[in-house]
Amino acid sequence: MSLNTAQVPGPQPRPRSPAWRRLRGAGGVLLSLVLTMLGLLLVTFIIGRVMPIDPVLKVVGERATQAQYEAARQAMGLDQPLIVQFLTYIGDVLRGDFGRSISTGHPVAEDLRRVFPATLELASLGTLIGVVIGVPLGVVAAANRGRWIDQVARVVALVGYSVPIFWLGLMGLLVFYGILGWVGGPGRQGILFDGMVDTRTGLMLLDTALAGDWPAFRDAFSHIILPASLLGYFSLAYISRMTRSFMLEQLSAEYITTARVKGLPEWRVVWGHAFRNIAIPLTTVIALSFGSLLEGSVLTEIIFSWPGIGSYITKALLAGDMNAVLGGTVVVGTCFVVLNLLSDILYRVLDPRSK
Amino acid sequence: MSDVSLRDWLLTDAPQTRRQARLGAFYQGWLVFRSNHLALLGLVILVLLVGTAIFAPWIAPQSPFAQDLADRLQPPSAEHWLGTDALGRDILSRLIWGSRITLFIVGTVALISPLIGLLIGTVAGFAGGWVDQVLMRITDIFLAFPKLILALAFVAALGPSVTNAVLALALTGWPPYARLARAETLTIRNADFIAAARMQGASAPRLLILHIWPLCLSSLIVRVALDMAGIILSAAGLGFLGLGAQPPAPEWGAMISDGRTYILDHWWVAAMPGIAIFLVSLAFNFLGDGLRDVLDPKGAGE
Repeated sequence: MSLNTAQVPGPQPRPRSPAWRRLRGAGGVLLSLVLTMLGLLLVTFIIGRVMPIDPVLKVVGERATQAQYEAARQAMGLDQPLIVQFLTYIGDVLRGDFGRSISTGHPVAEDLRRVFPATLELASLGTLIGVVIGVPLGVVAAANRGRWIDQVARVVALVGYSVPIFWLGLMGLLVFYGILGWVGGPGRQGILFDGMVDTRTGLMLLDTALAGDWPAFRDAFSHIILPASLLGYFSLAYISRMTRSFMLEQLSAEYITTARVKGLPEWRVVWGHAFRNIAIPLTTVIALSFGSLLEGSVLTEIIFSWPGIGSYITKALLAGDMNAVLGGTVVVGTCFVVLNLLSDILYRVLDPRSK
Repeated sequence: MSDVSLRDWLLTDAPQTRRQARLGAFYQGWLVFRSNHLALLGLVILVLLVGTAIFAPWIAPQSPFAQDLADRLQPPSAEHWLGTDALGRDILSRLIWGSRITLFIVGTVALISPLIGLLIGTVAGFAGGWVDQVLMRITDIFLAFPKLILALAFVAALGPSVTNAVLALALTGWPPYARLARAETLTIRNADFIAAARMQGASAPRLLILHIWPLCLSSLIVRVALDMAGIILSAAGLGFLGLGAQPPAPEWGAMISDGRTYILDHWWVAAMPGIAIFLVSLAFNFLGDGLRDVLDPKGAGE
C-alpha cells in the first residue's frame, strides 16, 4: 500500500515568529468556536421550527379569529423569511434572551441562572470524586499490568460503561437511603433546612459554609454525596481507563528503563517519572469528562429530584415548553463546546511538542 | 480425522482458491476471538437475546399486557419468577417481549449511524479540497454537541415514539464514524490499486463503493460493536424519560421508570429491567473487545 499524502507535511510555510504563530493559532480556535456555536444555534433553531406544535396557536388559543392569528404571527416575527428569523434568534441569544417559559412564566434566562449552579455543584463534585479515585486507580493498574489490581480496575470500568446511570441511582437510593439510612433523600436539602441559608453563590455547600451553618452544611453534604458519587463513578470509569493507557505508553519508554537501571525505587519511577509526563493529556481528559458529566447529570438529577438544569429541561420537554428546552440545550451545549475547546487550548499551551 | 484435515485446509499457507483464502482468514479470526473468554461469553449472551426476541411468544410464560390487579406488586415467586408490576403484569414476560424493542432500536441505530458516517467520511476523504473542509467542519460541529441533550430536543420536537428515538440517536451518533471513515479513506485513496482501477476507467462512485467502502468496514464494525452498549443505554434513558416507546409497550427503560414510584417497598419492579439492560450492554462491551482483537490488532493494546 502506498504512502498516504495527507499525512506527509505539505510545502513548508515560511518561518514566522512564535508570537505570530500563536496569534494564528488563537484565531483558528476562535473561528472554530464561532462556527461551532453558529452550528449549535442553527440546529436548535431548526428543531424549534420542525416541531409539530404551532407556536402561534399556543399563544392566541384555539378560538382566535384569522385576523388575531395573523396579528400574533406578525408580532412573533414568524411571517419573516427564515433567514431573518434565524438572525433575530441569534441576536436574541447573544443578548441572553431565550424567550419566556410557558410552564414557569419566567424568562428562560432567569430560570437557567437559578438552576445552573445546582448542576454545576453536582458535576464539579462528581468530577472531583472521579479524579481523586480514578487517576490513582489507573496508575496502579498500569504499574501492575495483568495482576489482580489491574483486573479489578478493568471490571470496575467495564461495569461503569455498561450500567444505566438512572438505574444505579435508584438502587443507590434504595440501599443507602431506604435501607441503611446513611444519606439524605432526594433534593438538595432536608425540609428543616429549606430556605434557611441565604443564596450567595447558588452552590449549596459553599453557601452553608460561608454562613457558618454547619448543621445545614452537613445536611447539604448528605444530600449531594450519593448523586455526586454516582456521577463520580462514571467519570472514574473513563478517567481510570485513559490514565492506564497513558501510563502504559510511558512505562514502556526507554527513559523508564534508564531510571530503573539507575536503581530508583519503583514508586519513584512510576509517580516521579512516568506520571509527571501524563499530566498534560490527563488534564484534557478531565476537562472532557467534566463536560460529559454536565450532560450526564440530566438522568441523575431526575432520579434525585435535583433542581438543576437537567430536571429543568426534562420537565419543560414533557410540558411541550420549547423555549425552555432550546434555551437549556444552548446553555449546556455552550458549556460543552467551551470545555472541549479549553481542553484543546490547554493541550497546546502545556505541551511544548505541539508548538 | 476429517476435522483435522478441514482445519489444515483452512489454515494452509497456500490456499488454492479465493474462497479457501477467505474462509481461512475468517477461521483464523475466529481462533483469536475464541481465545478471549469474555468475548465468547458476550457472544453467548447476545445469541440468547436474539433467540429470546425471536421466540418471545413461545418462551414468555404470560402475556406482557395481561393485567391482574389482584396480583399486583407480587415479589418474585415460583409463579412469577421476577415478580409482577403495579398493574399485576408478569415482569419476566414483559422483559422477554421487551428484548424485541431493544434489539430493534439498537439494530436500526447501529445500521443508520455508521452508514451516514461512512458516506460523509469517505466522500470527504476521497474528494478532498473544499468538499472535505465543509463536510469535516459540519462533522466537528456535530461532534461538539452534547449528544443526549440534542437527542432529547429532537424527540421533543418530533414527538415521543420508538421511531423518533431511533432517528434522534442516529442523527446524533454519526460524527465519530465519519471521522473514522475519512481517516481510513485518506490512507487508501492514493494506493496503487486505486490508481490501477482509475486507469481502467472506474468512475468515482465505483471506486468509492467497490474499492474504498469494503476496506473501511472492519474498523467501522469494531467501533459499532463498542458503541452498541452506549446506544442501549441512551435508548433506555430516552425510554426512562418517557420519550421512547409509549405505554403499554414493555420497553426496558420505561419499565424502570414505572418501578421508580415503588422503589423503596417493591424494589424488583425497577431492579429487574435494569439488570437486563446491564447484562446486554455488558455483553456488547465484551463482544466489542473481542472483535477489536480480531479486526483491529493495532488498537488492541488500548
